[in-house]
Amino acid sequence: MSTLAVRKSAPAAGTTPGTAQGPPARRRRIALVPTLTLVLGALYCLLPVAWVVIAATKSGRELFSTFTFLPGTGFADNLSDLNAYRDGVYWKWMGNSALYAGLGALLSTAVSAVSGYALAIYRFRGRETVFSILMAGVLMPPVILAIPQYLLLAKADLTDSYWSVLLPLVLSPYGVYLARIYAAAAVPGDVVEAGRMDGAGEWRIFTRIALPMMVPGLVTVFLFQFVAVWNNFLLPYIMLSDDEKFPITLGLFTLLEQGSNTPALYTLVITGALLAVLPLIALFLAVQRFWSLDLLSGAVKS
Amino acid sequence: MTSTRKEPSGVVGTPGGRPTPVARTSGGRPSPARARSRGRGGAPYVFLLPATVLFALFFALPIGYALWLSLHKVEVKGLGLGAGARQEVWAGLENYADALTDSELLAGALRVVGYGAIVVPVMLGLALVFALMLDSEKVRLTRFTRLAIFLPYAVPGVVAALLWGFLYLPDVSPFYFVLDELGLPQPDLLDGGPLYLALSNIAVWGGTGFNMIVIYTSLQSIPNEVYEAARLDGATPLQIALRIKIPMVAPSLVLTFFFSIIATLQVFSEPTTLKPLTNSVSTTWSPLMKVYQDAFGKGDIHAAAAGAVLIAVATLVLSFGFLRAANSRSKQEEAR
Repeated sequence: MSTLAVRKSAPAAGTTPGTAQGPPARRRRIALVPTLTLVLGALYCLLPVAWVVIAATKSGRELFSTFTFLPGTGFADNLSDLNAYRDGVYWKWMGNSALYAGLGALLSTAVSAVSGYALAIYRFRGRETVFSILMAGVLMPPVILAIPQYLLLAKADLTDSYWSVLLPLVLSPYGVYLARIYAAAAVPGDVVEAGRMDGAGEWRIFTRIALPMMVPGLVTVFLFQFVAVWNNFLLPYIMLSDDEKFPITLGLFTLLEQGSNTPALYTLVITGALLAVLPLIALFLAVQRFWSLDLLSGAVKS
Repeated sequence: MTSTRKEPSGVVGTPGGRPTPVARTSGGRPSPARARSRGRGGAPYVFLLPATVLFALFFALPIGYALWLSLHKVEVKGLGLGAGARQEVWAGLENYADALTDSELLAGALRVVGYGAIVVPVMLGLALVFALMLDSEKVRLTRFTRLAIFLPYAVPGVVAALLWGFLYLPDVSPFYFVLDELGLPQPDLLDGGPLYLALSNIAVWGGTGFNMIVIYTSLQSIPNEVYEAARLDGATPLQIALRIKIPMVAPSLVLTFFFSIIATLQVFSEPTTLKPLTNSVSTTWSPLMKVYQDAFGKGDIHAAAAGAVLIAVATLVLSFGFLRAANSRSKQEEAR
């Protein structure tokens, strides 16, 4: 709407001879309403994060007595309390989350890459059937999967193990779907054919020629799956009972649950929550240089 | 290659694409290389082996087992002691009948429908507005705002609920501080009607950014010439947004709606996380929490399986019903 105002002023600038009508003048005009709306949206999204950064600096007493956005003096103490809590079990949870998300996403990306490549490059009987069936997995609500998965893994004596959280998430239908799109867009059929002319086997063509071409897409699959596993709560909540194997989400939840009886634990929960969101934010900032957010929705640039 | 490159657009929802979540292959003619690879026999099957095995083990088998469980029950013979005293017998639709008449499950379903009626429109409405604003001309700070609005995607639902949960607590919340200073009444955000808003806010906060990116991506793929034509006809930016941009990204809006419905009806971690902070969230607040209680609280896996199947069916009926309605509407519009 503010752009309307900009539009009206435009002819006036044009009628004055000699005034700079070039890019510098035009760039200074700002569409006010959209910019302000976006800034408000950004503030809303940053509010809880800003709160946790400040709340983590407060001692237990300050948390309930001083103004919310006034920094406190207890960050170092909170940190050492968190380190000391049950012999550093917090860092065990962080390590577990890194393991589940890192290894899980790696396996998932590998399976997605090889499946997506096969579905994109080869024409074979049952291709669309296989793809449709795999995609139906996207639509399956996790609830109908998680409980029977638990019961079945219990029969195999695998519940309450690292495998019980890792294995059910290795096949990601969305990952297969993305990998298929990237393979179709990034790996030309001629290149595959040229590889065959040179006498390379199918597996060799995939690993040596196609895989490097699919890397940008596979980074997206990896990140998507990493976030999905890191943020997962239902599966570990159902599968695990030994808190040495908990991921960070489940660990923080149990800490909060105990905190409702002993408010002294609240400062630990808050400091723990702050440290728990940092790795993913750092990961996103680190990779955004060679990775565009747009890829997440499967957009392939020509 | 052009035919294959267009193929994904239908699924992601770029203009002109089909809003079907299950991708179809384009009918383009196969390139010579592909036609010849028809004879490559085993390779694709070997490549698809890991996915197929994992699908069988962690998707097909559990679903089949859930269905089997939902149709059986435990019968106790005698005192229920000793081996063979507890037997699983055929129960027909008994578990389903019990679930459908279970007042707790129904109350949970109603709560979640009310919650979803707030979350889905607000979240996608905001996502659409932000995407349109990012796409409009002469906007500043887009890099920063885009990243900031996307940031909650990187925050686990449990941590999001935990952060907002503290912000809802009168003792630590800045909102209450402001209300107190202004002498305004201070509602209890974790009880009654406001609890719905409090929970919805967590989901909206967490989901808006991701959906914004999906919509923004498809906005970006609209060719510039389309706008130029409209501008020459004297269309205002608002008119361009309403008459051109929104209709052209309709497929991705439909898709985000579809997936948001599925996610919303399965809400579990957010209310579970708020539970320690308030007495108003019961252990059976959402249907999924009730199913969890049946399975692990009461140890009745047969009732839990029936509940899980019902939630899955309800989710699919609602989401596909929406998809059909959206498709037939767009066909009507095409016919006009």
